[in-house]
This record gives sequence, C-alpha cells and structure tokens, in this order.
Amino acid sequence: MREMLTGNGAAAWGARLAEVEYLPAFPITPQTEIIETIAKWIDFGECNCRIVMLDSEHSMITAAGAAATTGVRTFTATSSQGLLYGMEMLYTVAGWRAPFVLVNVSRGLASPITLEPDHNDILAARDCGFLQLHCATCQEVLDSVLLAFRVAEDPRVRLPVIVNLDGFYLSFTREPVKVPSVQEVAGFLPPFDPQNQGFRAGTPFSQAVAVLGGTAYSYFRYQSHLAARNAEAVFTESAVLFNETFGRSYQAVETYCCDDAEVVFVMMGSFATKAKAAVDQLRAAGQAVGLLRPLLLRPFPAEAVRRALVGKRGVAIVDQNLSPGYGGILHSEFAANLYGCRDVNPVLVSFIGGLGGRDIGPEEFFEMVNITRAAVASGCIPPPRLLYTESELRDMRKWQSIALEHRSGGELQ
Amino acid sequence: MKTASRILGTAFFLEGFEVQDAPRYGAERRGAPISAYVRASHREIKERGIIRDPSLVIVADETLVPMPAAGVFLGLSAQTMLLIHSREAPEVWRDRLNVEGPIRTLSPPGEDRDRLAWRHIGTVCAAAGARLVGVVSREALAASLKQELAGLNAASLEENLDHARWAYDLMEPGQGRVAPGRWLSAEAFPRPEWVDLQYEDARVAAPAIHAAMTSEQVETGLWRTRRPVIDPAHCKRCWWLCSTYCPDSAIRVDESGRPQIDYAHCKGCMVCVAQCPNHAIDMIPERVEPNAAMAGKDS
Repeated sequence: MREMLTGNGAAAWGARLAEVEYLPAFPITPQTEIIETIAKWIDFGECNCRIVMLDSEHSMITAAGAAATTGVRTFTATSSQGLLYGMEMLYTVAGWRAPFVLVNVSRGLASPITLEPDHNDILAARDCGFLQLHCATCQEVLDSVLLAFRVAEDPRVRLPVIVNLDGFYLSFTREPVKVPSVQEVAGFLPPFDPQNQGFRAGTPFSQAVAVLGGTAYSYFRYQSHLAARNAEAVFTESAVLFNETFGRSYQAVETYCCDDAEVVFVMMGSFATKAKAAVDQLRAAGQAVGLLRPLLLRPFPAEAVRRALVGKRGVAIVDQNLSPGYGGILHSEFAANLYGCRDVNPVLVSFIGGLGGRDIGPEEFFEMVNITRAAVASGCIPPPRLLYTESELRDMRKWQSIALEHRSGGELQ
Repeated sequence: MKTASRILGTAFFLEGFEVQDAPRYGAERRGAPISAYVRASHREIKERGIIRDPSLVIVADETLVPMPAAGVFLGLSAQTMLLIHSREAPEVWRDRLNVEGPIRTLSPPGEDRDRLAWRHIGTVCAAAGARLVGVVSREALAASLKQELAGLNAASLEENLDHARWAYDLMEPGQGRVAPGRWLSAEAFPRPEWVDLQYEDARVAAPAIHAAMTSEQVETGLWRTRRPVIDPAHCKRCWWLCSTYCPDSAIRVDESGRPQIDYAHCKGCMVCVAQCPNHAIDMIPERVEPNAAMAGKDS
C-alpha cells in the first residue's frame, strides 16, 4: 500500500511495524508529531505499546536504555536541543550496550534559536556510541527504522541506533510511502531476543559499573568501537534481506550517477535529493557529475566511500553543519578517510550550506561543480565556501538596522 | 494552508502523480504567516522545500501581500499564475504589484459572499488551484477532501465538498491555464552572487536586539482566541492586581483608576480573568468584528 506520509508519519509507522513495546517520550518541535501519531494509535488500540511521558530528554533516554536492557523493544524520538539535553545519557546507554532506536529530527541549535534544520545537533552526537543512519526521503525513514532495529539487536552489535531525518524537509513533508504489511515485516524483523542480556528482577545484575585505572575502561570503550565496526557488515547483510523482503535496495553509501563521474557531490540527509536533481540537470548538459551520500555515518563506511571515489577527480563536499574554528565536519571525515590512499586522491573542496534550513539552489550546485573543476585544473584548493549571497546579506543588513537602532552612535554601521 | 496543500496533494496523488506537499512556518501561533508547497510530477520528485519557480501561487489572505515574512512574491515570474483571494480586481493587483504573469482573483459574485468565509478558505483555495492546474478531476478532488477531512462530521464534510464544487466551477474559465514547472538549465544559469562574510564586532554580530520597544510594533492581539472583557459595573478599581499580573503589560490604568485592556497586544492568556478578585473580567470567544481591527480573523 502506497500512501502520502510525512517523514514523522513514516517514522511512526516504522515503530508501529517494528511492534515496539515501550516509548518513553518528551515533546519538541519538529519531532512531536511522531509521538502524537503513536499515542493516537495506542489510544485506538492499534498499537500494543506503552507510552510514558518523561520529565525531560535526559530521563527519556535513560528510560529507553533501561527498558532495552530488559529485553523490551524500545523506541523514542527527539530533536535538536532535546538531543543535547539528553547528551550525557546518550553516551551512558550506548555504554550499557542497550539496543533501541531513537529518531532524531534535525533542527539547528541555539543560539540564535531556530526551528529549521541543519546537522549540528546529530553530529554533536557523532561520538556517543550510537550508530547513525541519515535519511533522504520519507520512504527511507520508515525503512531505516526497521533496518535500525535489526542492526541494533544483532548479537554482533548490541548498540542503540539514531535514525536521523531533517526537520520540515522530511518531518512535515509528505511523499508517497509504501507501508509494508505486519506479516512482511515479521519476516524481516524477528522479535527481540536479548539472549542472556535481558535483565530480570529474579536475576539481578549491575549495569554501568564504575571502573578506575583505565585498564577496564579502555577494554569496555574499545569493545563498543568493535561492535560499531561490526555493524557495517550487519547493516549490509540486513539491507540484502530487506531488499529480498520488500524490494527496496539500500547501501551504506548511496551512489547516484557515480560510475563515470569526474566530479562528485557529497551530502547527507534530505538535501541530497536536491543535489540529485542538480546532477540530472548537469548530466543533461553533458557534465559527468554524480552524488555520494552516506546513509550510514556511524560506523563510517570507510572502504565503501574509498571504492566509490576511485578515479574521481574532484569532490564537492557540502556540509550542512559548521564546526566553528574548523569548518565542515563531513569534510574532515572524508579528508581523514582518503589520506594516504594512492589510488584515491580526488581534490576535496569544502562548502558550507543549508545552515538553519537555508535553501540551496540549483545554480549553487552548478557553480560548486565549476569551482571544483577549477580546483582540479589548477591544483589549488580554495578555502571553505559559505553558501551565502549578496541578497541575503542585504536582508541581514535590513534586520540589523532595526535591531541595532539607537545604539553605538552608528559607529559600527 | 497546510490542509489546503494536503487536499491538493492527495488529489494529485489520486490522479496518479508523484507528489510532495509541505508546509513552512516559523512561530507556531495564531496570526503567524504560513505557506505550503505542492509539487506534482509523473517523474520522481527530487526537489524539495521552497519552490523557487512556482507555476501557481495562491494567496489565501491579501493582508499577507505586504508582509515580507510571508514571501508572497518569492519566485513570481511572467509564467507564474497568481490567484489571490481579494475583492479587488486582477487589474488592481497588477497595477499595485507590477507583476507580469496572469492574475486571477477569488472574488465571488454578490449572492455568494459567504463562500469565502475563513473557515472554508483552505478548501476553496485547494479546489480553485486544482481546476486551474487542470489535471485534477472533480471526482479526485472530492475523494481527496473525504480523505483529508475525515476527522470532520458528516455535515461539515458536506459543507466543504459543496464549497469545493463551487470554487472548482468558479475557476472553470481558467481550467488548465497553469504552466508546467521549469527546471534551471545547467548550461546557462545565473551565477550565485556569493559573498565572503567578513568578521564583524560582536556588538553587531551577536544575535541581540538593542532597539527598544520593538515588541510594541508586533500586534500580538492577533494571536488571541479568547478575549477578556472588563465589566465596569463590577470593577472595583483595585487596578494594581490585573495590571500587575498581566504578563504582557497589556492592561493600562487610566486617570480615574480604571483598567483598560490593550487589545492590540493582549494575547488572551486569561491570567487577568483568574486574578480579578471581583470576577469583573469575563472571557468571551474571539469573533470576527469588522470594525475592530485587532479582533482577529476567525472565530
């Protein structure tokens, strides 16, 4: 059945079809529609799940981790400031090796405060031990929730997963989505079997023990890393089964028109589909351009990225985030990953765009290709380029003239 | 408008199109401008978000035209059809706005004035848009309304269906006049005028508003759904209570000691109603009052 669903609706359907049993919740825009949708289904008896409203994201993530360690299939969702409010517990529950799925609806971080998306929230959680899936379409949101549960619960992994979708551009955007049947999903995602990890009151054990001296700490932390490394193969294996079951194919790294491309865009999330539209226009104009999009960011699909970039001359990395004092986070990940590869050494050009939901126009994609080609030709790599136009600056000056009125005698104008 | 975009989106979907519909808004409050986008294509839709080169722009409320945040003019070109809910003639709008593209107005003949009541405007706009685009049948539109307005009772649904039929018929002369969407060519395109942002002093570059009284310019009375009304017969002029507890400082006290509510800024929180020891402040629903500029637009 194909129906019009928002990204939030698709996330809720993913949780429903995964037959989640526990949903600790706390509202935040633009996520709230997810928990509202599931709450309504629970009310109507369509979903056999317990929803509990917690006092904060900190408690919510704690509750999710605790429930997952008892062997209960657990789902939760947050966004932006909420994800950061719960940050301490993200690290903690990942250390517990508690497998559950958290949907994050990306939204730029304060200050200044906004509702619209960029990826600084989700990338702040890059190193917490959760795996990360970054979705580009509403269909992918539903599918990623199912994939995420399968990977999280696999005995070779046992880690929580964040499924990320962009606020507005996916969260409130409706697209036709194929909603699979419960029977189909049952064939792909068996009930959660925690094996001997399921906490029971009759057989108590301590989670999250204290360790001193570094020896035990290093061991446990590195085990989380090894589990995350395992997750790439488990993801790929699950994606094959997913394709066999549902007929939709996913790779850890999506490549679009990449095979013969000279220049490749690198983007994450829903803005990547804008890049695809630009690739179509560039191809129509005879330009060999493609797109590479990591669906899986943690674990980082290092080998798959390198393979996809063999023979490419230039890569335009469009970061929808900003690490102040460095630049684009994805750029640093790609540069590190390609360092020292003799046969894979494209010119990497860094662009920062789409901050706080700022649109990226087709002419900007085309121009990024021009700049990347010029860098390839000259061997001279330009500094990171912020996508920001004169007309935007004029708007900014207008607002500043209102905000700064009566101030400082005009000396700063 | 979000519902209107969904009605139109689902109607396209039922006609076999690939569809994307999406609202865009800032503050989630009454009176804030909201827009929504609908894309329909026989191919996979890869574009998303803002439509930069719209085929059709529908303006449900003409008071949005002078509001920059509403972005009514973004992307208007000679190919864009502008449908505006207004009693003014298209020529008036063409003259006022100096736009080149075709303009149509949603302005009913005299006996049909009720047709454009605010409570139906979403349905009316969606139906009018469907007819102008020209690829949505009457049946698909009705089916879409039944789907998108499934939460309404039978009488309300029938009322909406009736208004949709009316708007669909009203736009008959413009059937199919909306031009298909265009894609920017990668061969000839305007180069983006990117600027290199320069460092500026934090006194300018931090997000702070230094000008005083800017909030007074924002007429937050539009947000109100309920209105506090002071009954002078019961007011004991203990002015300090209501005027102090009003979180928006929207109750002033006149020289005779009588509190006066500033309806241009009262958001209708009803703190004063709860606070008044003499029960002299009533709460009434906000309604359309043509002579009260700040009365809000809907019931």
